[in-house]
Amino acid sequence: MNYNWNWGVLFQEPYLGWLIMGVQWTFAVALAAWVIALSVGILVGVGRTLPSRPIAFLCTAYVEIFRNVPLLLQLFLWYFVMPELVPNDVGQWIKRDMPNPEYLTAVIALGLYTASRVAEQVRAGIESVGSGLTNAAFANGFSVTQTYRYVLLPISFRLIVPPMTSEFLTIFKNSSLALTIGLLELTAQSQQIAEYTFNGFEAYTAATVIYVCIALMATVVMQVVERYTRIPGYMGSK
Amino acid sequence: MFNFDFEVILNNLPFLWEGLQLSLLLTGLAVIGGIFFGTILALMRLSGILPLSLVAATYVNLIRSVPLILVIFWFYFLVPLILGRPIGSFYSALIAFTLFEAAYFSEIIRAGIQSVRQGQGQAGQATGLSYFQIQRHIVLPQAFRNMAPILVTQGIILFQDTSLVFVVSLRDFMTVSSIIARTEGRLIEMYIFAACVYFVICFAGSLFVRRLQKASIA
Amino acid sequence: MIKIEKLSKWYGDFQVLIDCTTQVNAAEVVVVCGPSGSGKSTLIKCVNGLEPAQEGRITVEGMEVTGRGTDLTRLRARIGMVFQHFELYPHMTVRENLCLAQQKVLGRSRDEAVAKTEALLDRVGLSQHIDKHPGALSGGQQQRVAICRALAMDPIAMLFDEPTSALDPEMINEVLDVMVELARDGMTMMVVTHEMGFARKVADRVVFMDAGAIVEDRPTEEFFGAPDTDRAKDFLSKILNH
Repeated sequence: MNYNWNWGVLFQEPYLGWLIMGVQWTFAVALAAWVIALSVGILVGVGRTLPSRPIAFLCTAYVEIFRNVPLLLQLFLWYFVMPELVPNDVGQWIKRDMPNPEYLTAVIALGLYTASRVAEQVRAGIESVGSGLTNAAFANGFSVTQTYRYVLLPISFRLIVPPMTSEFLTIFKNSSLALTIGLLELTAQSQQIAEYTFNGFEAYTAATVIYVCIALMATVVMQVVERYTRIPGYMGSK
Repeated sequence: MFNFDFEVILNNLPFLWEGLQLSLLLTGLAVIGGIFFGTILALMRLSGILPLSLVAATYVNLIRSVPLILVIFWFYFLVPLILGRPIGSFYSALIAFTLFEAAYFSEIIRAGIQSVRQGQGQAGQATGLSYFQIQRHIVLPQAFRNMAPILVTQGIILFQDTSLVFVVSLRDFMTVSSIIARTEGRLIEMYIFAACVYFVICFAGSLFVRRLQKASIA
Repeated sequence: MIKIEKLSKWYGDFQVLIDCTTQVNAAEVVVVCGPSGSGKSTLIKCVNGLEPAQEGRITVEGMEVTGRGTDLTRLRARIGMVFQHFELYPHMTVRENLCLAQQKVLGRSRDEAVAKTEALLDRVGLSQHIDKHPGALSGGQQQRVAICRALAMDPIAMLFDEPTSALDPEMINEVLDVMVELARDGMTMMVVTHEMGFARKVADRVVFMDAGAIVEDRPTEEFFGAPDTDRAKDFLSKILNH
């Protein structure tokens, strides 16, 4: 193996700046997409469990479509195809005047894709609360809305904190796909450094270490959330 | 406002078919390799031997916290460096996918092994079976039966993940579609067509998973 | 044949076995009883090394279970064990359940193993179920199969860990009958059970445990006739007077 080690390259300009920029973009994409994923995902997930057949069907269709097409392709559909299919002047505006097209596209694509995964967790959480409690709530005279509001959602949201942690991590990892439409997030920056300096080992190690740190941070944050939301004696008791 | 041009798809079917074959081949090999190494990792983690479980846990957690694209970049860079010669995109991608997915499979397999009642292992011990005989004949068959639906689901995810070889221009179905889209200037047709193909395959897979789940409950 | 000397075991800070000493002679039947959580199951699992103990020693026919470097696998092959929840392998048929260890551990040929399997099943009246999976059998039938699985290894002694406590009441007797017959044939047996009728009928000695310690260890007649300790009296009155 013939390789020139040079860890110092990571702390030279412009490469250090590139890495920092990369981290910022990664956070910007992941966090914004997470907001979309959570809000859409919760709506769709709840929708799948509703007694109304049309709503449940639409929400199921959403999940199946977004889950069964690779994220990369979805990104391309939003970026290359969508502007062509909307009315002309909207398409023109997207192509010519919309600020930060790569960023917005990445956020929307990643957010809506992750929403389908969040929806599945929400649905599983609601279903695992079980019909016993639902019946008890109905027997108490609660309406469907009240049952969700006071019984099903408060319990199931706590139940799904652990799987949501892994979705939260996944969204950081998946934000790397934005590099395919030219957004220079962390992975893209490390690859660019590798190409400019031929110090691939150092560049990729830097990116890896940063991703591991993000994962650790996210895990810690979610553990705190879990601790504060735990219902005594109901779960995690095994 | 827009005419969908089917011709561009029909004209390029052989090229697309080659790409799809490569995607499926990569998926198949990576699933086999991933389950093989994943099983080893899971057994290491559950072995109760501290150094072994520590190594396995570190590997799994490390891989699971970095994006697949970064792992692909890593192996494209590392494999030729270690071997001293280039071995071709396909093999680099195959190694990257196998080792990446092994971490995910190992978590599934670990949960599967833990889902087998502890008494089963003890019953094997009580008749004098060795550790490997117990795993081979008693624990793993039951574990794999319990987790078959999740393994197939992971296989579907892996199939979608193979589209990421796009970043190193390996000619899978995704890359081929994209090449045609650009050279023929038919982005809309090609990307929608590709999405439909992926959807049909993955949706069929998830219907199969549902059947497996029903079978395992019955 | 089985000798337990000053055995102590801890789970973390909690001591589950305190200085336990007893023995089972060849062809003897010893029943171990006591309130739940008294350590009976732990004690019996120590005998074939399924649970390690920190202090004391156990020997089986002179072989030390607790010693370092003991070939536990070989030892276990010679001691049969029956579990509370049967622990039949659900993915295998009854035949495969009985044949697996015979072939893999004892190295018997397929034909030998099957012959042995058929003979044993015949003895407990389950021949017609040989090709079924355990899930298709009743609890009583499963436990009889599990006993056969242990017997298929030609054990020198049998350990029973609450063999009837997971069974519906109407199935308890079919299992106990098999055990009584085994005892009459001269099998060395150590049985953890609450079935005092069974103990009276076939046990040579009764070991009574409470809170991890062996409180009484006496011939059956004496134990039932005039228990020494208040704890044993209390236990017997709770379990017998219905």
